[in-house]
Amino acid sequence: MATTTLAPATAAASDARDGRGEALRAADGTPLKRKLERTTRLSRLRAFLLVVPLLAFVVVSFLVPVGTLLWRGVSSPTFATHMPRTTAVLAEWDGRAVPGEAAFAALAADLVDARESRDIGKVATRVNRELSGTRSLFTRSARRAERIDEGPFRAAIIDIDEDWGELELWRAMKVASWSVTPAFYLQALDLQVEADGAIARLPEERQLHVSLFWRTLWMSGLITFLCLLLGFPVAYLLANLPLKYSNLLMIFVLLPFWTSLLVRTTSWIALLQSQGVLNDVFVALGLAADDRRLQLIYNQAGTIIAMTHILLPFMILPLYSVMKTIPPSYLRAARSLGADQVTAFRRVYLPQTVPGIGAGSLLVFILAVGYYITPALVGGQSGQLISNIIAFHMESTLNWNLAAALGGILLVGVVLLYWTYNRLIGIDNIKLG
Amino acid sequence: MVDVELSDAIRLCDEGLIEDIDHAMLPPAPDGTPPEEDFIEGALQPCAVATITWSTIYAFNEEAFPEDGAQPATIADFFDTEAFPGKRGVRKWPKAIMEMALMADGVPPEEVYDVLATDEGVDRAFAQLDRIKDDIVWWEAGAQAPQLLADGEVVMTTAYNGRIYGAQVEEDQPFEIVWDGQNLDLDLWVVPAGAPNRDAAMEFITFSTDTQRLADQAKYISYGPARRSSFPLVEADMQPHMPTNPENMEKALISDPLFWADYQEELNQRFNTWLLQ
Repeated sequence: MATTTLAPATAAASDARDGRGEALRAADGTPLKRKLERTTRLSRLRAFLLVVPLLAFVVVSFLVPVGTLLWRGVSSPTFATHMPRTTAVLAEWDGRAVPGEAAFAALAADLVDARESRDIGKVATRVNRELSGTRSLFTRSARRAERIDEGPFRAAIIDIDEDWGELELWRAMKVASWSVTPAFYLQALDLQVEADGAIARLPEERQLHVSLFWRTLWMSGLITFLCLLLGFPVAYLLANLPLKYSNLLMIFVLLPFWTSLLVRTTSWIALLQSQGVLNDVFVALGLAADDRRLQLIYNQAGTIIAMTHILLPFMILPLYSVMKTIPPSYLRAARSLGADQVTAFRRVYLPQTVPGIGAGSLLVFILAVGYYITPALVGGQSGQLISNIIAFHMESTLNWNLAAALGGILLVGVVLLYWTYNRLIGIDNIKLG
Repeated sequence: MVDVELSDAIRLCDEGLIEDIDHAMLPPAPDGTPPEEDFIEGALQPCAVATITWSTIYAFNEEAFPEDGAQPATIADFFDTEAFPGKRGVRKWPKAIMEMALMADGVPPEEVYDVLATDEGVDRAFAQLDRIKDDIVWWEAGAQAPQLLADGEVVMTTAYNGRIYGAQVEEDQPFEIVWDGQNLDLDLWVVPAGAPNRDAAMEFITFSTDTQRLADQAKYISYGPARRSSFPLVEADMQPHMPTNPENMEKALISDPLFWADYQEELNQRFNTWLLQ
């Protein structure tokens, strides 16, 4: 604010100086221009100091965690840290045939050390992510590797378990030994990297994430569309009804908005479940047979219904705030100039609500893409979204690297969407209330 | 301290996240049998001590299948929607249901893990699950299973046996457990590495895993004690509800923690992909 009010004054001061050929001075004798600059700088500094607490909060609680998590998506130092000798040998290895004595000697030494420092489980978990079924091979072999005193190590280790002679295992170890790895991002896209550097698709029975990303996108799109369809008339009524009705209506919109998310989700369970209110009504009306009740929840339908309801206020409120500013006289003018009801709406009213539609849709869509608790509770198997798989890897499998990679892709997707929106419609055109 | 399942205890121990437990601190049985012999197989781990055996079973509601008609009796019946129509509750997690699917397909309990370690074996299990896929209601928390059964949302469900016992006894629900094909597992005490009150935690483990204490917990819920010397002390009317009761053990599978440590990730991925199809 300070700069805008001062700018004309500065300009006036310099004009004045040009006119008279000497600088204007303030009461204490300093040139006016310099004094103005100092005041501006001071007020800027003051403004900055005022936002410092918020800035620090955002950096500490948002940017740093997001940054570290994104870094986790490509960082996997476990194997390289705890199996240093093997990692060094694997870096030289070309991946064509099972390596020789030197590699096995390094492996034996690393296994013993990793067991002593009790890190063998972490190493085993990492390799097991590349090649399933190898976890116990590591823990078991590490116990017995202690008894190998001297070479030849290759024979001794293969004697512990002949799986050590498998090329596939060594290739998995090579992939695991990269400290910075594309493996998790590739896995998040249903791809895998092989030891020779080639990238291949995962077998069909393990392709999970790409289809889940698509599902998340189309379901979020559908929910956004449904919110718009249901929210637009409500927002119109809110903006145009006499005050005493619109206030009451506003309370109906805000009351659920203020109610806990969990309460709203669980009340949908009570309403929609097969022994629930809605099905009971259908059966009583003869619309559904008692033994063939409709499955409205624990599937896609459940997620779509509950999420549309929960996200509806995020569509209505921006729409309302835009519609409130459209003078009713515009529509009347259109009518008086000969437009019929539909044309007046389509060519005069609707274009003016676009900032509200844009804001509401963007808000609902971005919230829907990352929604987690509602699909988890009412989604069953077909109504799960990508966020549920991310939560699954965070909480159940503890594969945070993969969770981070999935989250990273989601973040990039949302940013891309925002960017496209900005290019097409312009983010300045948005009105959030 | 934390109560964990066996496969988790082994993983945590491998990764150095829990304290070692000195088995010498555990009290012997009243007759002097040392703890190493008194505890059942797998109950004493380098970093964990078991307290109970529990099992994943399936149970049905007698309102859906009354006593005067045909009632589910074998694990295969769970996967047979023609003979026993209706929704089934299943925990959304591959452990236990994969084993049950193979046993329903005729694999004897002792061969289940060998079969499940092969791709064909996993395909076989999913082929069984495909038969009931459209009728499954998934649950995640243990309390959901008896709730689904009581609400009539499902006619039968997999569950932890103690949860069904609770509903039978405390809420008088007409539930019936099918022990055929049950999956036995252990719950163990562990102490997180570097816990501030480590010594007090160890003292509590010593106290809570002696013969009488383990027998006493079976007064409240139908989970079996982890010590052999506790078996005879369990009250007579609780005996038939115990997963380790000989009658219930006829076709029981002991859950293999090493198998799950090895194959959990892959089976999770395949399970989740299968769910999506």
